[in-house]
Amino acid sequence: MTAADVAIVGGGLMGAATAFFLRRRGLSVVLLERDLVGSHASGTNFGNVRRQGRFLPQLPLANLSREIWGRLPDLIGDDAEFLPSGHIRVAFREADAARLEAYAREARPHGLELELVSGNALRMRFPFLSPEARMASYSPHDGHANPRLAAPAFARAARREGAIVHENAEVLSITKSAEDFLVETSIGRFRAPLLQVSAGAWGGRLAAAFGEPVPITPHGPQMAVTEPVRYRIEPVMGIASEVVEEGVYLRQVKRGNIVFGGGVRSEASLDTKRARLDPLNTLRQLPQVARLLPAMRALSVIRSWSGVEGYMRDDIPVMGPSAKVAGLFYAFGFCGHGFQLGPGVGATMAELIATGGTGVPIEPFHISRFATAEGNTR
Amino acid sequence: MAAPVVVVGAGPAGIRAAERLVEAGLCPVLVEEGARDGGQIYRRQPPGFTRGPEALYGSEAAKATALHAAAEALRPRLDWRPETLVWAVRDGALLVHSAGRGESLPYAALILATGATDRVMPLPGWTLPGVASLGGAQIALKAQACTIGARPVFLGTGPLLYLVAWQYVKAGAAVQAVLDTSPFASRVAALPWMMARPALVARGAAYTMALRRAGVRIATGVTPIAVEGEDRVAALRWRDAAGRDCRTDCDAVGLGYGLRSETQLADLARCDFAFDAGARQWLPVTDEDGRASVQGVYLAGDGAQVRGADAAELAGRLAACAALRDLGVAVDEAEMVHLRRRLMPMTRFRRGLERAFPWPAHLAAALPDEALVCRCEAITAGELRRAGGEYGAPEVNRAKAFSRTGMGRCQGRMCGPAAAEILAAARGMPIEAAGRLRGAAPVKPLPVLTEAAP
Repeated sequence: MTAADVAIVGGGLMGAATAFFLRRRGLSVVLLERDLVGSHASGTNFGNVRRQGRFLPQLPLANLSREIWGRLPDLIGDDAEFLPSGHIRVAFREADAARLEAYAREARPHGLELELVSGNALRMRFPFLSPEARMASYSPHDGHANPRLAAPAFARAARREGAIVHENAEVLSITKSAEDFLVETSIGRFRAPLLQVSAGAWGGRLAAAFGEPVPITPHGPQMAVTEPVRYRIEPVMGIASEVVEEGVYLRQVKRGNIVFGGGVRSEASLDTKRARLDPLNTLRQLPQVARLLPAMRALSVIRSWSGVEGYMRDDIPVMGPSAKVAGLFYAFGFCGHGFQLGPGVGATMAELIATGGTGVPIEPFHISRFATAEGNTR
Repeated sequence: MAAPVVVVGAGPAGIRAAERLVEAGLCPVLVEEGARDGGQIYRRQPPGFTRGPEALYGSEAAKATALHAAAEALRPRLDWRPETLVWAVRDGALLVHSAGRGESLPYAALILATGATDRVMPLPGWTLPGVASLGGAQIALKAQACTIGARPVFLGTGPLLYLVAWQYVKAGAAVQAVLDTSPFASRVAALPWMMARPALVARGAAYTMALRRAGVRIATGVTPIAVEGEDRVAALRWRDAAGRDCRTDCDAVGLGYGLRSETQLADLARCDFAFDAGARQWLPVTDEDGRASVQGVYLAGDGAQVRGADAAELAGRLAACAALRDLGVAVDEAEMVHLRRRLMPMTRFRRGLERAFPWPAHLAAALPDEALVCRCEAITAGELRRAGGEYGAPEVNRAKAFSRTGMGRCQGRMCGPAAAEILAAARGMPIEAAGRLRGAAPVKPLPVLTEAAP
């Protein structure tokens, strides 16, 4: 039996970052990951370090996270290939452009400055964009990073700081005694007075076991990448559209490959732990990415992938203390937009667990928002 | 209309499978990535080339001619789709790409006859211009009437090493040396299995003798050290069986250590794989008739297990019989028994080849850190070892995620076998524990300009 101040169930980016920041606050931590750290949503997502377009009350958390992304080399000894090369959302229609303008106006009080570019200025600034593009909303300090590296880098740093990190440790049961949570796993038993559930798409099952069912559905992102070409496209870019199929996004990594995704999501299974990419979706994405970035018409796609992500019914995550069980905390269900938030979530959850309060507001994400509606109708 | 039976690959296995389906009155679809039928071994020369079958296929001319004739006779009786890439598999349908158009091709049964490619073990300098795989060297000669160089060295192991060297001698190339990593003793020890096909043993010996008569240096039990050269191949450095360092001047190197089955489509069709200790490869699981673990999927030819062209013709026909039977078409049991019986010595011979010309796994541990392993992404052995060491990747997919080994254009088809060996050696674990790279669509690069068919 291993004892710690905090047990974390789920070693994705959220769990790994929380473990790291808890160690920085001096708490002892055991991180339990069923597979390998960051192998599901954390490792298979697009790699967007994007703030614009987010649910506005989430911006303080995203701003905190962005600040941490910039300090990763000092903090964890690895930059996870974070490139603050800017991010643009591109509108092709008048109505979409109007939405970009409204968002830029509303985001400013939340500490996010966006620059709207249109007409000739748009062609000058972003000559690689489609001539059909009507307006771009430019966020200069956002960018992208390598999702395959980020969570493992946090876990390695947490381990260096003294956290116990177990991979291939499947949680079999969790019970709460008067004092402690008792976590039974495939590799042994763990005991801690505080417990965080950061199990991604599987978080719903654990929350339900604690009497807090939530409406969560697994889906898979539809990702693909082209062969490498000379590095020319700095900003991450995405189409701002209300038409699902048009909602593609892309980024060029410094090595030259262009990663893209978006559009229709695939099915995913909590039981097989796999999300199968639908190749027909790749075919549907191709004309959209070629529309956004016409130079892509000369390239070939070399690989595609997906992973299991958890989507909440209201498209925002579950984050904060349990409403029912003392000492229990949640950070899961990030609805395909958790990668940028990861470092900030880790810092904020560690702060919450260690001090009982948070510097940035996270009330909108409290699990109690489903208590009346969901709990009573199940 | 019900979905057709689809055969992928128009080499010996695919053609004989399609032929058997046509005999049963079906109109199968035969999909081929290349422009013409024949596969790699019986690859046809481009239009306008006039070399005769004897010049192209040597001792196998009669078989090549017969297979080509069979394919031509089938042409009007099936749906022939040349220059068509199968890039993904989805719920009982293939996604195919041809001439800029993408299409979904549903199948009632799927016979995969996807063949094999060279198995490569990297060495320093292996990406210099002038280095080609053995299969590539042979295709240059067979299809284009070109050599990879005027003074080539052939390095590797397996029967293809000697065959290609002899074909180059016949074509007028000044072959500088044939360097085999397998010790001669292993060939002797493998004879009990190899003698399942005595004619092939005799033919192999004849190539070796012919090479010696032509004055070509043959060395066995060698250790490759490096390919040298500034902007193209200038020499090969190697160590002989007695441990002496040697340097052979040359302008090209043909490199290959046997073949690896092309199994990505079976993977995308979700077939089970098992580690084959003899081949040191993960192969799709099949029954003796070629049925995969997924209902309606069949495998034949070198894409299932490397038994060569003669076996591929039989296995293609047998897989078609199995598919027909599973579709409710009567197939005479005697025919299947006959095919299975004829395949038995070929399977035994394959096991002999694996013993006689083993994949030189031991070279992986000795590969210098600076040597490139994944040429698509330019990843060195050192970077891969670091993924397995400092970063703790316990198997190849994790090592790929950390280091990008196997993440490029070829999807690990070239570097995968060596990368698994390097990782296993670095972590001190058995090769099967290194796992296998999961397949991902597209199997080969798919143009962004692919237009979806309505």
